[in-house]
Amino acid sequence: MTGIFLIGTILIGVLLYLNKNTIVHYSVVGVYVLLLVVFGGYEYLHINETENLFFKPDALSVLLLFALCVVSLPAIYHTYKYMVIHNETPRPRGLFFAAMIFLISAICMAYVANNIAVMWIFVEITTLSASVLIYHHRNIRALEGVWKYVFICAISITFIYIGILFLSLAMKEAGIETFSFDALMAHAAQLDPFWLKLAFLFIFTGFTAKIGLVPMYTAGIDAKDKAPAPAGALLSSILMNMGFVGIYRVYAIISKTEIQSWAATVMIVSAILSIFVATVYMINIKNIKRMFAYSSIEHMGIVVLGLAVGGIGTYAAILHIILHTFVKPALFFQFNQVYRVYQSKNIYDTGHYFKYNKAGALVLLLGFFSATAMPPSGLFISEFLIFQSLFEARMFILLVVVLLLLTMIIWGFGSNIFKLLFTPPAAINEKQIPRISPWDSVTQYALLALAVFFAYHPPATFVQLIHEAVKLIH
Amino acid sequence: MSDILLIIFAITLLFMSISNRIFTYLNILIFQGLILFGVTLLTLSEINIINLVLILLETIVFKAIAVPYFLKTIIKRNKITREAEPYVPNFVSLIIVTLIIVITIILSSQIKDPNLDKTIFVVSLSNLFTGLYLIVSRKKIITHVIAYLVIENGVFILSLAVGNEMPMLVNLGIMLDIFASVLILGIFFNKIGDVLNDPKVSQLQNLKD
Repeated sequence: MTGIFLIGTILIGVLLYLNKNTIVHYSVVGVYVLLLVVFGGYEYLHINETENLFFKPDALSVLLLFALCVVSLPAIYHTYKYMVIHNETPRPRGLFFAAMIFLISAICMAYVANNIAVMWIFVEITTLSASVLIYHHRNIRALEGVWKYVFICAISITFIYIGILFLSLAMKEAGIETFSFDALMAHAAQLDPFWLKLAFLFIFTGFTAKIGLVPMYTAGIDAKDKAPAPAGALLSSILMNMGFVGIYRVYAIISKTEIQSWAATVMIVSAILSIFVATVYMINIKNIKRMFAYSSIEHMGIVVLGLAVGGIGTYAAILHIILHTFVKPALFFQFNQVYRVYQSKNIYDTGHYFKYNKAGALVLLLGFFSATAMPPSGLFISEFLIFQSLFEARMFILLVVVLLLLTMIIWGFGSNIFKLLFTPPAAINEKQIPRISPWDSVTQYALLALAVFFAYHPPATFVQLIHEAVKLIH
Repeated sequence: MSDILLIIFAITLLFMSISNRIFTYLNILIFQGLILFGVTLLTLSEINIINLVLILLETIVFKAIAVPYFLKTIIKRNKITREAEPYVPNFVSLIIVTLIIVITIILSSQIKDPNLDKTIFVVSLSNLFTGLYLIVSRKKIITHVIAYLVIENGVFILSLAVGNEMPMLVNLGIMLDIFASVLILGIFFNKIGDVLNDPKVSQLQNLKD
């Protein structure tokens, strides 16, 4: 199935790029959506079966594939809306859809890859396709965003490659021939700790560019700011999850060796610094889209914190990242409507959003509650569990610091959102504001509701899968 | 013999830290490509001949000829000023690069692994860190690209350390080279040249908070 999926993606992508007919474009994208859903279902039914030597969907990949399918469908729909509203010519439209399809497929493949070298190749492809999405508007700001993104991602990919080289040095002693995660986990105890430490450092640093943690988070912020909002939604959800998969799988190997606590310390330092950086920017930020991007950094910090602390935290980390995958795209999709009303990303130009778009304003309000993890948001459950794990691990100072930082983030986030929703705008020509159909907000409501549903009333299979994924560690 | 080549390779880094003109950087890149050709030939004795030829061709054609030539055309076409324009004095750069090399030597003395050639480890890591240092200490985008290529060269040397057992990894490294060069140089640099006449980082500094 992975072979069919890859070939299908390539065919559809090439067709989108070469053909200029509108009907062909949309029908081909429809075929891709079908293919994606079939692929997701197939991998779920054939869990833990090796395909084409290098691919083996396990519980973690199936969970994240499910989240990917759920988010990709509205993303493609909103891209369609975006193209219609902006009156795109066929050429850039085809290119944009092709790049988006390649991005989604490469991320799927990276989820199910059971070989770190194969995963690395797909990580490269995501950089390539994401850069096309970011450069969609072809102006100097977009160029700057894409240049920074490509340059930092090229360095991050080099770092992952160096990590793989060190890993191969560690394997040389243990006598392992392949790079499959299964073999590495089975022989983890024989790996040389010195090389394993170096390998972890480099691979972790490399993946931080994708997951969005200190030190390499910067590229992602500019990328999400400059990419059209539907693409930004994908970049801040499923692409970040790919970085998480990479870190999770390497950490699963490390967790079976003596250097586990050292690696956990590295991850905690990076996570706390990420939450700190997100706080510093969030309390001053005036650009709405960048604010959402920094909020993602904060959530990834919390996720990696949970993973590093362990215990119930590992379970909560996986739950948190899936719920975040539902919540953040909803905010990004909504941003397009905000931009249509005010023609600006700056918070100073906005205001009284309830007056101009009731349904959309409600999405932003609910999205704010969800993203800041206030009850009844689903993220509240997972964040609470992560705090519980911190409490159980007796890291009280850390807990207090994180809680303080999160409170400041809520303040920064809230003051911007409430300015957007309730206070009057500085200057606005009300005649030019387009009427926005409430139906455009339906997918956002659905995503936010899903996040609540999966937190408070998770289906038994869902919980079962998370427990299976947690078993990879220890 | 390969040790001598690798030591010369490390010395080029010191030279790079004090050179003033971009063309000097490019000439050093060409020189590094030629050294890599020699090191590859001497080190990878156990892999099959077709793969070896492929890797050798990559070092000589790609690293030593195509990429530097391409960069030279870009510099001429976009009329980029020939100065490297560092943020810090050259003397400080020289000291920092020397420190980098000394620190990697100290780090390598910690290794007790008999399988690894320590010269390779030292040279590749000092290449990596020198490249990162050049990126943060130079103003122009083109110098950043050159520094990135220096990092790539360092990584290539490291991949030679395991090349005999796992030639697949060296091929992956080549893929990385081609990917990065095509993406960064091919697509982008042309575009940056179109939009900006004198590509400096200072003109791409508007996205911030």
